[in-house]
Amino acid sequence: MLSIHLILFLAFGAVAAAGAINLLVQRHPINAALSLIAVMAALAGEYMLLGAEFVAAVQVIVYAGAIMVLFVFVIMLLNAGVEEQTKGSRVAIVFGVPGMLLGSLLIAWVVLKHSGTGDVAVGALPGAPNVIGQLLFHEFLLPFEVTSILILIAIMGAVVLASKPPVPGGGPAKKVQD
Amino acid sequence: MPIGLYILASVIKSAIVLLVLLTAVAYTVWLERKVVGHMQNRWGPTRVGPFGLLQPAADGLKFLFKEDLTPPHVYKPLFLAAPLIAVVFALTSIAVIPFGNDIEIGGYTIPLQITTDVNTGVLLILGVTSIGVYGVALAGWSSNNKYSLLGGLRASAQMVSYEISLGLSLVGVLIMAGSFSLRDIVHAQQGHFWGFIPNWNIFHGQIIGFFCYLMAAYAETNRIPFDLPEAETELVAGYHTEYSAMKFAMFFMAEYANMITVGCLATLMFLGGWNGPLFGPPVLQAILPVFWFVAKVFCFLFLYIWVRGTLPRFRYDQLMAFGWKFLLPVALANLIATAIGVAW
Repeated sequence: MLSIHLILFLAFGAVAAAGAINLLVQRHPINAALSLIAVMAALAGEYMLLGAEFVAAVQVIVYAGAIMVLFVFVIMLLNAGVEEQTKGSRVAIVFGVPGMLLGSLLIAWVVLKHSGTGDVAVGALPGAPNVIGQLLFHEFLLPFEVTSILILIAIMGAVVLASKPPVPGGGPAKKVQD
Repeated sequence: MPIGLYILASVIKSAIVLLVLLTAVAYTVWLERKVVGHMQNRWGPTRVGPFGLLQPAADGLKFLFKEDLTPPHVYKPLFLAAPLIAVVFALTSIAVIPFGNDIEIGGYTIPLQITTDVNTGVLLILGVTSIGVYGVALAGWSSNNKYSLLGGLRASAQMVSYEISLGLSLVGVLIMAGSFSLRDIVHAQQGHFWGFIPNWNIFHGQIIGFFCYLMAAYAETNRIPFDLPEAETELVAGYHTEYSAMKFAMFFMAEYANMITVGCLATLMFLGGWNGPLFGPPVLQAILPVFWFVAKVFCFLFLYIWVRGTLPRFRYDQLMAFGWKFLLPVALANLIATAIGVAW
């Protein structure tokens, strides 16, 4: 018998898979970006089913709500047009499709073979916000802080790259004529 | 509780909340026109019904019967989807808001809240509001109009920027309550200190957090003084320039529903939720918490309108400078101070 849990799992899974396929099929970048958002939202639903409420909420806030907004923002700002498709990429057909199938089979086999695939009850794994907080700030404090410094460096790098190059000689930056 | 009864209770609760919310949206518009009118030495709506009270109904009918134009060069799928996205996510976030304590009917405890008390209520609201940006951004882009596009770009930049301060201003309260659950946060604000001052977070060290939340919330809901996305003096009407009839009304509804959600969240987080003096017979005692909750939300909405009648609009660079250089550091400092205070 199908439980509600299984029905929801299949529904979210179907949305995620359909979104991923749509992402590849769509030719306009904004449609592709929106499909990606659908995939992320569906994944958040799956996390929620696993009892990982915090991860689900963060997935929506950070990925769907912040990062993808910036993606859409850039697409809108550049007014990126419809993607041009080239026909007759034989390499893609001869090597790409079989390679992809082989790769997915390999991953599925490894996952099935080398990890415990026993049933896990909902809520058996750490998912509550306080448990995750304890893990992040006690057990994994060092990796967590190192990651945040890594992100800080990336942000500073982006600022440096985006700022205007310094003028040689140290004088004030030359004004652009209006 | 059996699953059938649970679903029935959820459906009834959803229907009631939706009905109340939509009525509240309509009458917030009426209130705003009336209050701003009086502030500007006008009467506001007076013709339809006593005090213009039937004006929302007349407006609703007008929106339904107006011609629904779709300009020729829009990107149709997204042009149609954008108002739906805006209104759906604006109405969804009310689902996790609790309005009062549990009530008991026929031996079953029913929480006064559409969902059960999830331990990530605050995060869910933040998540849903952050998705709501897409309605405005996509409306601006799909309209194929430079004013709409500028409005959409402004809206997404503004909402992403202020979301950070909004989240940080709430973290102080979360630290004090030690929970993400809105119900626990309200329970943590029960009682009084020094004999008479209620134990609400706004009086209990979170006043700076409250003001950060207030300003970030005004920016998140695109209200004056942060209504740059629809600044009529420069952008015609911003992201909804090309929308007419019911599609325009959807954006309108989304804006006001967002205001109400923001007001509910402020009430729960800073103003003690449904805590307030209880007196009288048992029936009155059962109703009073909901009354206090609604009264606090009403005060918050009135403040919104008051600010609209008072302040001029910021320039866009001022908006960004304020958000990143002032509000964000203040919210961070408040968070650190709260953390030190709690750890003490």
